Amino acid sequence: MTEAVETTSRASSRLRINKRMLTLAATGIGAAGIACVVAGAIVFGDFGIATDFSARLAPPSWAHWFGTDQFGHDMFARTVHGLNVSLWVGLIAATLSAFIALGLSIFATTCGQWADRLVSFLVDATMGLPHLVLLILISFALGGGTHAVIVAVAVTHWPRLTRVLRAEILQLRNADFIIVSRQLGKSWWYVGRHHFLPHLMPQMLVGLVLLFPHAILHEAGLTFIGFGLEPTKPAIGVLLADSMRYLTAGKWWLGLYPGVSLLLLVLCFDAIGNGLRLLLDPRQAQL
Amino acid sequence: MLTAHRVSFRHGPRAPYILREVDLSIRPGEIVGLSGPSGRGKSTLGRLLAGHLGPTSGSVTVDERANQYRFNPVQYLHQSPIFATDPRWRISRIVAEGWTPDDVTRNELGVKESWYDRYPHEISGGELQRVALLRALAPGLRYLIADEITSMLDPVAQVEIWQVLLKRARLGLGILAISHDQALLERIATRVVTI
Repeated sequence: MTEAVETTSRASSRLRINKRMLTLAATGIGAAGIACVVAGAIVFGDFGIATDFSARLAPPSWAHWFGTDQFGHDMFARTVHGLNVSLWVGLIAATLSAFIALGLSIFATTCGQWADRLVSFLVDATMGLPHLVLLILISFALGGGTHAVIVAVAVTHWPRLTRVLRAEILQLRNADFIIVSRQLGKSWWYVGRHHFLPHLMPQMLVGLVLLFPHAILHEAGLTFIGFGLEPTKPAIGVLLADSMRYLTAGKWWLGLYPGVSLLLLVLCFDAIGNGLRLLLDPRQAQL
Repeated sequence: MLTAHRVSFRHGPRAPYILREVDLSIRPGEIVGLSGPSGRGKSTLGRLLAGHLGPTSGSVTVDERANQYRFNPVQYLHQSPIFATDPRWRISRIVAEGWTPDDVTRNELGVKESWYDRYPHEISGGELQRVALLRALAPGLRYLIADEITSMLDPVAQVEIWQVLLKRARLGLGILAISHDQALLERIATRVVTI
């Protein structure tokens, strides 16, 4: 006996909030958070750099949301400045890293077996070393400062993305739809532009965005232990290192707020990265 | 005439031969059935004929000429069309990569225009096989390698697709039908080759 099963239920006329919209919203909030940091740093300008000894080590209040430090700097303004510095260091380092990854993965997949072995070895070697040790070493060798941190972060963060891109290119190169495209008379240029690029771009973009949190956290960590940015720069690492002396004296706001702000910034990037990954994948289109 | 002349194939210099000195030719309008146990290299031979693989030795020619880099007059249809279509492309674009089909051909194959804005994984395997066939049936097509193309379809769809292909064969399309289905091959093929 056969029985009919209704497969399409009546769609309600009301607009339903689906997962895709939620993802889009999360991505938007993440982007807005980052935009606020950049805008905040511009609006604050020199505010937070100038000293005001009349309000030293003041706890959080309406006048100073995040309190003030030992020089009477407004900690909110300093945190925003610090996040902004982290943002730019992270942006430059992560972009450099992503391009190193793209270059190496194309090199590995197009220049024969020896190139592939070489790149695989480099990836394994870099991943095998403890991240922070390598960072300290490079930053120290280059004499510290912003440039050294950017270089150190850039040359240590490419392996993961290189692996992903290399695997993606290898898989695409042998994919049936690529071979079919060639047999349909399309040039390698066309195949590269219309088949390879749409598959690689999302990986590249998501990889880049997800590199940010790593870059920012490593920059802050490196600065915190004294091998990173100059102590005069209001970087988050510098703020946290400075707060150490006062934390034991009960000045908790000096460490808590910059730390939590850094965490929130990282979460913003994570929201954007994961959002992009879901939104750019046609298989997730109906979520 | 599509000819494989003493074609051998193996995956590497030390790998075992999958095919050794195979001769096969298909005339225009002929439907050659290719059958044989699994793992004998039926699909490999099909891919060699369509240029998906290059022979280790021997040659594949169409009218005694090697294939130029344009639209290959020999097209290969996969058993699983999902691999032969870009997962990030919509159906309209997938079809247009081969040619811009007229409505008659499209309706003949039962490809609906409502599928055109969907992605490959959003239509069924049978529907996608029709799309892949439509893409291959471009004006320049002279030989079709049909590798188990209807084995995953329901009987009605199977009949529909083969009716279209039989009509094409009468108009001069040469077909190599690779299948385990003896009954199917006996019904459609002008001759059956076993490897």
